[in-house]
Amino acid sequence: MRSFSRHTGLVVPLDGANVDTDQIIPKQFLKSIRRTGFGDNLFDAWRYLDEGEMGMNPNERRIDHDFVLNLPRYAGGSVLLARRNFGCGSSREHAVWALLEYGFRCVVAPSFADIFATNALKNGLLLVALAEEVVSALFAHTHANEGFSLTVDLPAQQIAGGGFSTRFDIEPERKRLLVNGLDDIALTLRHVDAIRAFEQDRRRRAPWVFEDAPV
Amino acid sequence: MTGSTLYDKIWRDHAVAEREDGSTILYVDRHLLHEVTSAQAFEGLALAGREPWRPGANLATPDHNVPTTNRAAGIGGIADPIAKAQVLALDENCKRFGIRQFEMTDIRQGIVHVIGPEQGATLPGMTIVCGDSHTSTHGAFAALAHGIGTSEVEHVLATQCLAQRKSRNMRIVAEGALGRGVTAKDLILAIVRAIGTAGATGHAIEYAGSAVRALSMEGRMTLCNMSIEAGGRAGMVAVDDTTIDYLRGRPFAPSGAMWNAAEAHWRGLVSDADAVFDREVALDAGAVVPQVTWGTSPELVLGVDEAVPQPEQFEDPAKRELCERALAYMELTPGVPIASVPVDRVFIGSCTNGRIEDFRAAALVLQGRQVASSVTQAMAVPGSGLVKKQAEDEGLDEVFLAAGFEWRDPGCSMCLAMNEDRLYPGERSAATSNRNFEGRQGYRGRTHLVSPAMAAAAAVAGRFTDVREML
Repeated sequence: MRSFSRHTGLVVPLDGANVDTDQIIPKQFLKSIRRTGFGDNLFDAWRYLDEGEMGMNPNERRIDHDFVLNLPRYAGGSVLLARRNFGCGSSREHAVWALLEYGFRCVVAPSFADIFATNALKNGLLLVALAEEVVSALFAHTHANEGFSLTVDLPAQQIAGGGFSTRFDIEPERKRLLVNGLDDIALTLRHVDAIRAFEQDRRRRAPWVFEDAPV
Repeated sequence: MTGSTLYDKIWRDHAVAEREDGSTILYVDRHLLHEVTSAQAFEGLALAGREPWRPGANLATPDHNVPTTNRAAGIGGIADPIAKAQVLALDENCKRFGIRQFEMTDIRQGIVHVIGPEQGATLPGMTIVCGDSHTSTHGAFAALAHGIGTSEVEHVLATQCLAQRKSRNMRIVAEGALGRGVTAKDLILAIVRAIGTAGATGHAIEYAGSAVRALSMEGRMTLCNMSIEAGGRAGMVAVDDTTIDYLRGRPFAPSGAMWNAAEAHWRGLVSDADAVFDREVALDAGAVVPQVTWGTSPELVLGVDEAVPQPEQFEDPAKRELCERALAYMELTPGVPIASVPVDRVFIGSCTNGRIEDFRAAALVLQGRQVASSVTQAMAVPGSGLVKKQAEDEGLDEVFLAAGFEWRDPGCSMCLAMNEDRLYPGERSAATSNRNFEGRQGYRGRTHLVSPAMAAAAAVAGRFTDVREML
């Protein structure tokens, strides 16, 4: 897994609560059997004025120049600033893949949906949850200051930039996974004997769980 | 010491060990797979040289991408080459890794959350996961069931476990009796309206109260299905006679002496009387009327007797902004009664409302009536081949066809419009599915979520209308 330690990047303010994963990456792009190729279609229905399909050349599409990602001042941004309940809806991990491939390394918002948060963790996308009023202040600051960047320091749990600085909370286990970029499956497989023993016991306690229907 | 909740009990029953990072390794009893979120997981498994831990725990079926016409043609009948490649990849992966699959032409194929319970592959007390957020459906059987991402799909294939943090406990109690023409779908929409789309984030929900106890298993599945629309990954209902009666004789369910042992165990899958919930919400089921969503978030819901809201009605500035945006996207005027809004397409189906009871409820409304001429298309899509067959055995298909509905083959269909079934820009639907997000049912399409009976009523009237006046 990709690790996350410190990152400094331009802040992109995406206003609006409840950004769902259908917006982050619309369903027509989920037909891919690969983990890559989603960055050009991040927020597809908002970024472009034409209907997107898989395989389209982004250079030949009609750009919505008013959408925040398309504003020249936010080109190359890597810290996404968003509102509450970011990533709600579908469990599609493609949403996280698309954000990362576009270049985002961190999302700052008041709150995140559960499945999205787990998917982000598994891919090294850092989610920073800050109080609603702090996020609002960051939105105002970003709008007022072109080129506003934030530095996110995960080991120190500190986010700072342009005179602003605050500590953020993160569950210790998530922090450890991210900082060390640990292989999640290998971490579980360290307990292979415990899993085997548990399974044997479960088979004894609830044998019906292990019954297969006749073919 | 206080008692345990149903969630506490199932969690405890599956906790294997604690990992170095502090998360709990939770054993997974059943893993359901479909074509859209599994290919990358199988690829990762193969690249790491790993094998599925327990192939028999897995059950796969293609559902998201499959066309709902000409099923006999099988994979060869999929016109979209990219969708076809994905269904083929599932097929190849299942064969390669020894995983049981209900293929496209198998009568047992269907939406993964319909076929699990139908087959008895969903059993009380199980942990059940799937790379789909509506896995919460299976919680209707007092199982701990939730959606996972593709990395976790690979993790479950490789280890038969998930690394998890325990959620908090939330109980939603609906007392009273649902009125005539008011269904589980209306109840869950009213709940999402009451607590919001992030209302249950971080919580496992238990639905309780006399209104929930009175629901059939189909109704309970509808209820648990949309837990995720309230932010809760898992929603569950305690075991009772309704649960037990539904499961008896299902293909994957135990029989004989093992059934008796299982039933004895399952009967204990209820929250203790002195269990403490971190959060409790109460709802008067008797006051719920048929519901219609009006906006682009499942929390933007109206009773059928209400009008489209004014942004000023929302005190919270974030909600006001959401309202303004939704009004513009949905092209609705504040103050207009929702029951006057016309519909272009009607969709009855999905993992929320694609079960036999749903088609019976819709057929009851459609019997002797016609789809309005202003409606471009009305589609009934059974949740599985077996639901379709049962409906046909009951003659329901003829009711739908006579009314002017199309009677389709099973799949996710227009719920998320990955196949050909979709809304076109500007069109408005009455849909029995679960999400009304922008573009969910098709680029720039407008979705209104309703119950099957309300969808049938909208098809007949050509606009939303109170189904209770048609019963």
